[in-house]
Amino acid sequence: MSLELRDIRKRFGAVRANDGVSLQVEEGALHGLLGENGAGKSTLMKVLSGFIEADAGQVILNGRHLEMSSPRDAITAGIGMLHQDPLVFLPFSVLDNFVLGSPNANRVEAGAELRRIGAGFGFSFDLTAPARSLTVGERQQLEIVRLLWLGAKVLILDEPTTGISATQQALLFETLRTLAAQGMIVIFVSHKLEEVEALCDRVTVMRRGKAVGDVELPAPMDQLVEMMFGRPLEVTGRKPGGPGEIALELTDVCVDDRLVSLEDLSMSVRHGEIIGLAGLEGSGQRTLLRTCAGLIEPKSGSVRAAGVDLTSRGYHHHLSSRIHYLPAGRLEEGLIRGVTITEHFLLAGEQTGPIIDWAEARRRADEMLREHSIVGTTESTAESLSGGNQQRLLLALMPDDVAVLLMEHPTRGLDLASADWVWNRLLARVAGETAIVFSSADLDELLRYSDRIVVFFGGRVFKVLDARSTDSERLAHLIGGRDVA
Amino acid sequence: MTHRRPVLHFRAGSRLIAVALALGFTSLLVAVAGASPIETFRLLWDGSLGTGDKFANTVMTWVPLVLASAGLVITFSAGLWNIGVEGQIVMGAIAASWVAREVDLGTAGIITLAILAGLAGGLLWGLLAGALRVYGRVNEIFGGLGLDFVATGLVVYLVIGPWKRAGIASTSGTDPFPREAWLPTIGNKLAPIAVILAVLAVVGVYALMRGTYFGLRLKAVGANATSAFIIGIRTHRYLLAAMAIGGALAGVAGTVQVIGFQHKLVPAISGGYGFLGILVVLLAAYRAAFIAPIAFFFVMISVGSSQLSLRLGLDSSIGGVIQGTLVLVAVLVGGWQAQRARHGAVAVED
Repeated sequence: MSLELRDIRKRFGAVRANDGVSLQVEEGALHGLLGENGAGKSTLMKVLSGFIEADAGQVILNGRHLEMSSPRDAITAGIGMLHQDPLVFLPFSVLDNFVLGSPNANRVEAGAELRRIGAGFGFSFDLTAPARSLTVGERQQLEIVRLLWLGAKVLILDEPTTGISATQQALLFETLRTLAAQGMIVIFVSHKLEEVEALCDRVTVMRRGKAVGDVELPAPMDQLVEMMFGRPLEVTGRKPGGPGEIALELTDVCVDDRLVSLEDLSMSVRHGEIIGLAGLEGSGQRTLLRTCAGLIEPKSGSVRAAGVDLTSRGYHHHLSSRIHYLPAGRLEEGLIRGVTITEHFLLAGEQTGPIIDWAEARRRADEMLREHSIVGTTESTAESLSGGNQQRLLLALMPDDVAVLLMEHPTRGLDLASADWVWNRLLARVAGETAIVFSSADLDELLRYSDRIVVFFGGRVFKVLDARSTDSERLAHLIGGRDVA
Repeated sequence: MTHRRPVLHFRAGSRLIAVALALGFTSLLVAVAGASPIETFRLLWDGSLGTGDKFANTVMTWVPLVLASAGLVITFSAGLWNIGVEGQIVMGAIAASWVAREVDLGTAGIITLAILAGLAGGLLWGLLAGALRVYGRVNEIFGGLGLDFVATGLVVYLVIGPWKRAGIASTSGTDPFPREAWLPTIGNKLAPIAVILAVLAVVGVYALMRGTYFGLRLKAVGANATSAFIIGIRTHRYLLAAMAIGGALAGVAGTVQVIGFQHKLVPAISGGYGFLGILVVLLAAYRAAFIAPIAFFFVMISVGSSQLSLRLGLDSSIGGVIQGTLVLVAVLVGGWQAQRARHGAVAVED
């Protein structure tokens, strides 16, 4: 079996997302597709899986030209795609989700198949459980089994390691190796070098809508980095600084936040200090951040900032105490669709009288765009920016004198260059006395930038670590609830 | 907090396509009913603008529609489906009627007070729906609908109860107000004060939405209340303010209805301008600048369609059919375009 993409071209307005990309993959190989955000990986894979139609080019599977205008056509031809965020209908049961695309399926047989195929990879499913009770990793497992059941011979995985645990990642990688060994074509899309290196036999690197080249793995890291970015790249580390006064202090805080409840939590963060929050998604990190931000009211205990009692005083009081919160959903809880960059700066900035001076506002927004190297114009709407530029804009919207910055996943979905830029900015703020508390699923990020790491497990604080005397292996075990030290 | 404003970003071209499609569909309907489409549209024109009197009639119908629509631009921009606009018109009308019936301060005094009272009546009724939404978590659609019924019940009660005509209780309305309480007119019907109020409302809403921090924040709250809150906007205040302003303008619409047009309080005092206003604002894609011409076009159809039953034997409801079709097609075309735009945008993100 072989798969070939020949000279794929796709434009979106002025953007050439795919500019004549060709790709050849043989069966039994784990093929990586590597490139930074915006390189055109997802577009190429969406063409291959029938989500979008290319302007020109051919998809050839086993010597046969495929004409696809929908994902259904693709899966009929044997091509299945696992999306970054698996398309699961949360209120429906596992079995409902499994048979949803196949209305004629016999539910009993389908359930048995789900169990049988899943068992082959070490997945186990509770068929009647609602899909919302599954972790992102389990949703992926469900979707992989579903695609195999539908007859997928080519499996595409788009950034599948975002938001899953180390254990689930190990299981996923094992599964993919098994599938490749069984003669399937597996294409693994990622912007993370380490993952591609750990998993794939061969990698195609994309940059700016073009395929830059194919490399047999293992290959030197520097070679891949240079192919991805067109230049060598250095990652900023962190120099430890002396911590200052206490910026934010929780004392005996108890919080109930639906699934998660934190009990008797006491911790403090000092000016110039960075605390990383580790743990599986939904283990309590978000609850802690939102409590610190004043968005969740603690049942008992106190929240104090710079000597002022903020307990139960609400989000706006926290803001006036210069405590800022930057959630993970950039377009859901940060920026506003349909609102321009100029307008965002107006909304976040100081109000100067009731009337807006638009000329002045545009001039200042333009200054900020250049200062933060955001690719966009003053009239660009938030949703038209790339993920990296959205994160830059969110940071640019923060005032300079933030006392405590609470962040979820500061670099999730960003390429190396953008992530490095974000951390450069954050470190500059820390040098200027800001305290940062951030959650992340990226162990390297947690270890590289934190002074202390708080590990959450099952809705409680499992361990507090000094980041400098911890390694990623120990951290991975702690996140999974095992303390082996 | 996750209230979503429907996506309505048409371009000028799509609006023209929508108008053409709607006119085509209506022509077909008229032809099926056995009348000539061209004759129908000519009669609509004549019936609304043909004579000075008809023109005055059209303008005086346009005023409350524009006032209600201007208020709806504010609430829709804030992401609030203010279905309660009908009730707000009615409460404005009731409050203004009370002034017109009970206060004796000379024309200038009565009219000033009546306008203020109508404004306050609508404002409070709008604020009530807003408070139900913000503090009671009652969706403004259902709260507004409930309050509509309450207001309609109240006006019927007043007309056949405490404010009934001398001797007989009739649903045809109260006794006419004293002449001092009528808006002064040029000719038979045209009341310049009413027209000035409508123009002020449009200009005011336009300036508010385009040039002020208040308007920008309203838009932010409407587009994404969660993000707006995180950015630091006190979203509840803006939701309440939007309902208050929307209600106040609806209340003024009700005032113009009672002291400028009917000169008495009748049960159907809202004239359906609230619901018609929703259609106008949808077609205007929430933009104040488009309200005045679109409302005028709608009123021409409404007023002119009374001619159709007289002259062509068509039912006068054909006017409503044209208006409804127009909005439906416009929303469809807009939704279709938005979907296309979104498809492109999503695909670019890698």
